[in-house]
Amino acid sequence: MKSDKRRIGFLLFCLAPATILFLVFMILPTLNVFRMSLFERGAYSPTETFVGMSNFVTLFGDVKFITAMQNTVLLIVTVTIITFAFALVFAGILTREKIRGQNFFRIVFYIPNILSIVVIAGIFSAIYKPDSTGMLNSIASFLSGKTVEILWKDQPMVIVSIIIAMVWQAIGYYMVMYMASMSAVSESLYESASLDGAGRLTQFFQITIPLIWTNIRTTLTFFIISTINMAFLFVKAMIAPGMADVGLSFMYNQKDAGLYGYSMAAGVVMFIFSFALAGLVNLVTKRDVQEV
Amino acid sequence: MKKISRRSFLMAAGISAAALGLTACGADSQSASGAEAKDGISVAALSSAYVEKNPAMWDEICEAFTEQTGIAVSKLTLEKNLEDVIGASMQGGDYPDVVCLSVGRPAGLTEQFVKDKLIADITDVLSMTIPGEEETVGKKIAGGFTDNSITNPYGDGKTYLAPMFYGPCGLFYNAGLLEEKGWKLPTTWDEMWELGEQAQAEGIYLFTYPTAGYFDTFLYALMYTVGGPEFFDKATHYEEGIWDTDEAKLCFEIIDKLASYTNPKTPSQANNQDFKMNQQMVLDNQAIFMPNGTWIAGEMKDSPRAEGFKWGMTALPTVKAGEAPYSYTWFEQTWIPKDAANVDAAKQFVAFLYSDAACAIFAKAGAIQPVLGISELVEDEYSKEFYAIYDNGAKAAMGNFAPYKSTAGLGTVSEVFLEPINALVSKNLTRDQWVADIKAASDKMRENLL
Repeated sequence: MKSDKRRIGFLLFCLAPATILFLVFMILPTLNVFRMSLFERGAYSPTETFVGMSNFVTLFGDVKFITAMQNTVLLIVTVTIITFAFALVFAGILTREKIRGQNFFRIVFYIPNILSIVVIAGIFSAIYKPDSTGMLNSIASFLSGKTVEILWKDQPMVIVSIIIAMVWQAIGYYMVMYMASMSAVSESLYESASLDGAGRLTQFFQITIPLIWTNIRTTLTFFIISTINMAFLFVKAMIAPGMADVGLSFMYNQKDAGLYGYSMAAGVVMFIFSFALAGLVNLVTKRDVQEV
Repeated sequence: MKKISRRSFLMAAGISAAALGLTACGADSQSASGAEAKDGISVAALSSAYVEKNPAMWDEICEAFTEQTGIAVSKLTLEKNLEDVIGASMQGGDYPDVVCLSVGRPAGLTEQFVKDKLIADITDVLSMTIPGEEETVGKKIAGGFTDNSITNPYGDGKTYLAPMFYGPCGLFYNAGLLEEKGWKLPTTWDEMWELGEQAQAEGIYLFTYPTAGYFDTFLYALMYTVGGPEFFDKATHYEEGIWDTDEAKLCFEIIDKLASYTNPKTPSQANNQDFKMNQQMVLDNQAIFMPNGTWIAGEMKDSPRAEGFKWGMTALPTVKAGEAPYSYTWFEQTWIPKDAANVDAAKQFVAFLYSDAACAIFAKAGAIQPVLGISELVEDEYSKEFYAIYDNGAKAAMGNFAPYKSTAGLGTVSEVFLEPINALVSKNLTRDQWVADIKAASDKMRENLL
């Protein structure tokens, strides 16, 4: 009895630092976001006025915000699908096939992930250069036999440019995650499948995918949250202001315009949006866990 | 990645400002000295191109100030992203005593302080004697610098922002190219369009710009050009019906026409990452003119350039021949937060910034204080030429759009007037739509004027 109490005390003692930090730096600020969205104040002004839901009313009538949300949804959908497909295929190839320099490819694919966004923006400046010295344009010129000068970072290609850069950045991370779970799939399954006459593709769809499904579900949530956040960084670092804003860059701009409350209202909408979307995806992808 | 998504997750939760300010928290822990008033003042200054030229510039200023007045400078914050560094602690109520940070920066920190009326009135500094000298500050600062809509944002005759490093703005071009081709420098807009056609025939575009934000000085000078100070005043105060006047229509027409003569690659590079490539187009003879400031020669000094390249600068062309052209006078500002701990000592510091000693230190880095007789301190060749623009007959244009109360759903001046120019160039926006948007926003700005 006594030792039980001491045990609980010890557990509480161990948990306290993390809990307190989490409360102070995560829960409280988040609650504060909700509170501040009901007020209007400048970022540096000590006075605030209660405005009720008026920030939200304006927000849903603000064309700029609606465009920003459309861009966000477009990025979430396209970046997720493309990254997901590439990462799975590359992971499948790198774990299942015997190719020379496996580790080399693994590292190469992962490198974009550890680069800072500033470096990525610099790299893509060279790739997207609008004249024929830009990498993409010179490849296109070479293939088509005439001078191609696509203005990558201008309307209407700008959103495509963001998508390409984001996919390039994200593939490696998800690939490594999928590789980890794929290598846990027992070799004997593939062996017996091939004895039964299943080809590589069938094996991939019938064995690999179902067995790493839990992992895929988890990463889908990651996709949504990280796309929302990374899109902000890419848009801020790579393109002209106002050209293709996303939800969070809209929020950030409002802060710079001196509208802290309005900015927080956008934050609340993004918060609810990302949670709802993650919950929805989780629900839709629910399957019975397959175990071997 | 995991780390990134954790950190960015915080942003999703809506506290991006706090996340970006994390560095500030770390750096600022030792700066809680605001309370120790007698120990000296704290100064925060933007680390701009001038500081790159002379990294010790501000240290020398602080030393000279202490030597002269006996007031110590306990802390000097010198950052390129000054807003991120001091912003977070200012939200917590910890203000530097002197802030050297201008309006017109993307983060708009100074604008927010103006809008929220958080800047100390420094009108009395103008009648203060400069430490170590006989003259008062007001007498030493050149005319016009302390009675314009930037330094006196509320139009009540009180000065809140102290004018700092100034420079003429205008159109920059390759003088060598014009000489080589035998083209005359256009003095009216009609001549400008003629040159546009001539150049187009040789595959050179008439115009480019670094980012749409550089149109601010251009737009102000253009407003002076089409309608003089009177029109400028009305327009920058969003007067009713002002955008329907002939002057305004001419303004829009010129910008729209200029957009059609702009190198089409410009908007795709008009971002913070690539704007130097747009500037490079002038060096490479891919475009003739760009709006810019006197710092451009230094900024691009290491870039490759066309043979025979020579920087030239001109005021904006006029509407009719024979009129005096306008060149916008761009200047930075220094201000004192209203709630700073040592406002009086800070005022001494601001006054000292106009002393001969300070002016000389600044001038070494190419930063020219707006005081009388400063032209002797301008040293290098290009700067001498650029600063001579007013001696050569150009009139000085000063001021900016009047501040209005931040209103949800109403964009900033830059969002409404300048950023759409990118779309104008790439033909994703028509002039009519642009003007209609400006009119709608301008009505709201007028209602919210401070």
